[in-house]
Amino acid sequence: MQHLIVLPVVLPLVAGILLLYRRQGATRAKRLIGVVATALLVVVGIALVARAAGGEVTYYALGGWQPPFGIVLVLDRLSALMVLLTAVLALGAVVFACAGDDERGSNFHGLFQWQLMGINGAFLTGDLFNLFVFFEVLLLASYALLLHGGGKARIQAGVYYVVLNLAGSSLFLIAVGVLYGATGTLNMADMAVRLGELPAERAGLVTAGGLMLLVVFGLKAAILPLYFWLPRAYAAAPAPVAALFAIMTKVGIYAILRVYSLVFGEQAGPLADLEQAWVWWLSLGTLVAAGVGVLAARDLRLLVAYLVLVSVGTLLAGIGMGSPAAVSALLYYLVHTTLITGGLFLLAELIGLQRGKAGTRLVKGRPLHQGGWLAGLFFVGAVAVAGLPPLSGAIGKALLMASAEGVQRAWLWPVLLGTGLCALVALSRAGSTLFWRSQGEPMGLPLPRRQWFGVAWLLGASPLLVVLAGPVSDYTRATADQLANPRVVVNALINDAGGTP
Amino acid sequence: MESLYAITTGVLTACGLYLVLRGRTFPVVVGLTLLSYAVNLFLFSMGGLTTDGAAILDGPSDYADPLPQALVLTAIVIGFAMTAFVVILAMRARSEAGNDHVDGRNHEDGEGRP
Repeated sequence: MQHLIVLPVVLPLVAGILLLYRRQGATRAKRLIGVVATALLVVVGIALVARAAGGEVTYYALGGWQPPFGIVLVLDRLSALMVLLTAVLALGAVVFACAGDDERGSNFHGLFQWQLMGINGAFLTGDLFNLFVFFEVLLLASYALLLHGGGKARIQAGVYYVVLNLAGSSLFLIAVGVLYGATGTLNMADMAVRLGELPAERAGLVTAGGLMLLVVFGLKAAILPLYFWLPRAYAAAPAPVAALFAIMTKVGIYAILRVYSLVFGEQAGPLADLEQAWVWWLSLGTLVAAGVGVLAARDLRLLVAYLVLVSVGTLLAGIGMGSPAAVSALLYYLVHTTLITGGLFLLAELIGLQRGKAGTRLVKGRPLHQGGWLAGLFFVGAVAVAGLPPLSGAIGKALLMASAEGVQRAWLWPVLLGTGLCALVALSRAGSTLFWRSQGEPMGLPLPRRQWFGVAWLLGASPLLVVLAGPVSDYTRATADQLANPRVVVNALINDAGGTP
Repeated sequence: MESLYAITTGVLTACGLYLVLRGRTFPVVVGLTLLSYAVNLFLFSMGGLTTDGAAILDGPSDYADPLPQALVLTAIVIGFAMTAFVVILAMRARSEAGNDHVDGRNHEDGEGRP
């Protein structure tokens, strides 16, 4: 099916437009459309992965304009994996939201679908300016979703988030402009070819453009000096939105991986691997800062937000090492950490709902009404996210540590394991406070089944990833090999005239 | 022409950056607007500055690169929507927090006082 590649963008767009039809009321219909569209996206994601798994790179030329002149959507193993991951995460979040969170403001489901459209577009596009446009689509939707439900904390966090991202967008445009001025193209594969034959006097310009892009992607990914917006925004966001935001930092990581492996790959000569030294040291710094943040957090949501930062640092360390083995390990870890941190945001909301006034703050409160189940889920999530055996976090971390070589090993192992210890200490302290240090009568209502489903769907990914560790790591290994060889993409897009529309 | 253009863009960017770093939401919004103007001008110049060039690509040598114009158009539309959003957001923040500081705290002393 030739239009399959564009479906992850068109499907949420159409669903979002349908959802605009009635602003008020018709809750059941809206929920149905939202959930069905997201479930269809999962199916599309599976089909895309099945199509990309063979290793062939296919593209969809929008409007029939052939690359490098038109805008293309490119499907390879990495983009297929990311689209599927987004859809799986979104399904858990949207079902959770159907329990009542979607009625706290207007048009939740429409914004949710548009955010998915932006995320999927960013994963699929093969054009640098189009990447900017999809970044803006996902950011615009995320601004509105972050403020969903209102309240002082959300608006304050929203002001930071919006201003910072608007400044980041300006920088993105400047970087794209510089790269266009120096190379004369915006298609990433074409840019990769042209960098190979770049006149020496333009190398400085391209270096500046490339590193400015790193700042922008670093802002989205929340790398060390640019992460201060993240904990507050994620802790303030409504639970299903925070769960979906778990993929947002990964959009930044994906962009770093894509741009620097394709455009600044081996063929770029002296400009190759421009980002590596920066990313490596900043990732270790991010890990240390996140470890401190995890220990200092006095609220479960804030704790989970810092755990997102831990995962960002871990993933960036994989990019900083740069070897295919490290990239393969980071992709496995990326799948694990996105789903688990998303699940933990949802779980934090459930725990907060049952503790009444104490909420998610880590203080003595009333015992939980359904404490046994919640504690069990919390235990699973904590073990997975701290990276303890037997769950998937341990496998991801072990793969990553095994891929470190020489002096990198001496830096990565202590920092990564130390941060893991911080997470372990903080999570066990949080768990014992939430579930054991309580007094008085249990209160709160039994939780709706949809919320249980959302949490179990996301946290259940961890044991599943352990069972399927073989096939998943084979796939990520193949993805890393494909990324290490950008010629495949270049050949598919530039040298192969004609072909699929 | 190039140096005048470069200086204009540079001054706009510097002013925008200064205003974005202020403590109150109104200067920040104005700063973001200036910054996006500067970015649009900058993008516009990335195809090279030409005068009296044809707007399309089939002239032999003297043509204006059409792509930056398309990019600027997209950037203007997005920038405009974002400015509208951030103005509304700033007003919501003003009414929720009771003051117009970006961090929502009422500073009795130091920077930001009128």
